[in-house]
Amino acid sequence: MAAVTETNHALKLTGRYALLVAVALIFVLPILFMVVSSLKPDRQLLSDTSSFAAFLPVGDISVGNYFAAFDRAPVGLFIFNSVFITVVTVVISLFLCSLAAFAFAYLEFRGKNIVLSVIIATLIIPFETIAIPMLMVVNSLPWIGAEGLQWGWLNTYHVQIVPFLADALTIFLFVQYFKDLPKELIEAARLDGATWFEVYRLVIVPIAGPVFATAAILKFLIMYNQYLWPLMVTQSEQFRPVMVGLQYFFQLNTAWGEVMAYLSMITIPVLVFYLVLQRAFIASIASTGIKG
Amino acid sequence: MSSPGPQKSLQRHPLAGWLMIAPAVVLIATFLVAPFVLAFGYSFTNQRLISPNPTEFVGMRNFEQLLGIGVLTLSPEVDEAGSPVRDDDGALQYPRVRDYTRNNPDYPHLEGMREWFGWNWGNDRVLVLARDLVFMKALTNTLIFVAVVAPVQSALALLLALMINQKLRGINVFRTIYFMPVVVSIVVVSLLWRFIYDGRNGLLNNLLEFLSFGLFQPIDWLGNPDTALWAIIAMSIWQAVGFHMVIWLSGLQTIPVSLYEAAEIEGANAWQKFRFVTWPGLRNTAVLILVVITMQAFALFAQVDVMTDGGPVDSTQVLVFQAVQRGYEQQNIAGGSAISVILFLIVLAISITQRYLTRERT
Repeated sequence: MAAVTETNHALKLTGRYALLVAVALIFVLPILFMVVSSLKPDRQLLSDTSSFAAFLPVGDISVGNYFAAFDRAPVGLFIFNSVFITVVTVVISLFLCSLAAFAFAYLEFRGKNIVLSVIIATLIIPFETIAIPMLMVVNSLPWIGAEGLQWGWLNTYHVQIVPFLADALTIFLFVQYFKDLPKELIEAARLDGATWFEVYRLVIVPIAGPVFATAAILKFLIMYNQYLWPLMVTQSEQFRPVMVGLQYFFQLNTAWGEVMAYLSMITIPVLVFYLVLQRAFIASIASTGIKG
Repeated sequence: MSSPGPQKSLQRHPLAGWLMIAPAVVLIATFLVAPFVLAFGYSFTNQRLISPNPTEFVGMRNFEQLLGIGVLTLSPEVDEAGSPVRDDDGALQYPRVRDYTRNNPDYPHLEGMREWFGWNWGNDRVLVLARDLVFMKALTNTLIFVAVVAPVQSALALLLALMINQKLRGINVFRTIYFMPVVVSIVVVSLLWRFIYDGRNGLLNNLLEFLSFGLFQPIDWLGNPDTALWAIIAMSIWQAVGFHMVIWLSGLQTIPVSLYEAAEIEGANAWQKFRFVTWPGLRNTAVLILVVITMQAFALFAQVDVMTDGGPVDSTQVLVFQAVQRGYEQQNIAGGSAISVILFLIVLAISITQRYLTRERT
């Protein structure tokens, strides 16, 4: 009897794993196909699609497509632009949003609740519905830079950064986290004569690591993957991020090997980042769940 | 100290408070609230991105233009004897639609409209005409996309979450894999799948042919008006389902283990445990997920822009894509804003309805 239940149990377990693996293949194979294809010459790439060789690095493997992609488009520039825009936005927005959230969580001042409610209410506005009027807004704003005063922000880095420096979701995440921290810490620091900014910088920031990580990951994913907005505001190549740079690879007779090389180049670093920090990534997405 | 409550007075600092929130508040006011208000404002004007002419207030004209529909009932042509005219195949002959929609003083409300769809009613033919046919297709395609993606994706995400919630060795590896496409840009995914869906050398066709021993006839998934929207739907679910799986998972983990143990003692089977323990515990998560998926689905843009440009024959036109086409490509800020306002009102109405419906039940 014991042996029967044991085999039964083993069978059940195998079944469960088989299902898990089958589903995993659905998610993995397209991505694997992308990376493997980037290493193959076009002719082999196309003929391999008719068998499972499509997912295996076999045949004539080289990094030639990567060099070709660099020849076709200023890939280095696009990658620099994306990294620059993403890093600057993440760093500044984390500072501004956590500072505001600190005030919302701990300070009492007139108008606080109304302002916070309005900010939370903006969560329901999808960016896509304000992109068009936003184009008018940035087109009529002044900017003082190296060349002096200029009107209109189109074709710049700051048009891709400044509008995303503060958002309701990031502020909300910080407020939620700060509310649960012990208030005694703050009161003690205040009695010691610390200013509010010192309390923020020396007491709160050092113990708020998890929420900074969550907010940074979310903001990173949103910024790095931006498409609609940079598409509209960067007509000149000089300021384009990687996602808009993809357009150089849309052709009638697409060189798929080069496309796959470009896609792999802009995706693999994010995937590595994700695999290293996967717990934090998944926790970030789950935390957007508090939003309701 | 004579102050009434030291704790209260410590925190009452209007200047510090306002200084700390000021940067964020100014940014949100400028780049979120102002464009939002402007969207409504522009939608009642003829604003263009750059125009030599001053902007004028046009009232509801943009909305009338977008949403104008009319119904036209056509009776078959009759000959002198009064019997209907048939062509060589025996089909009834109807007057031409354009006789009604072009310079016909008897039908001023149909002026400029085009045929959207129609059906037969006895011998008559009933036609629904739209003033802006492309917009109407974009609206219906968006609604189809949302109506399919919201339930299917939430259900699949729940299924995956239940699979991942099993206590098995190495289960985290599977969680990591199922979530992986979420971190890949939808733009990258769209271009990758354009190749997978390709009609001649596409991976999907070739694999299906290979697996069916050559019986499968290749389909140009994105080039066929009957399959293009569905191809985009399938790919979108593939990319985003892990996102909602994780939210379901965090909902599942809030359900106390003791409830399952109690159900076990009562002799409940797997389905009963799901029906009476899991599902009731997930109600709030369910609402949240429906709202989130619905809002994300209405924002559909990149897939269409990268894969189909709205084609073939407008079968994948969607609202955001149309708003961008008009507001940006054609620099018609007013037209794009009007579509944005309609989109926002639909999103608002649906999220209020979802919340209301689920509140009543609990």
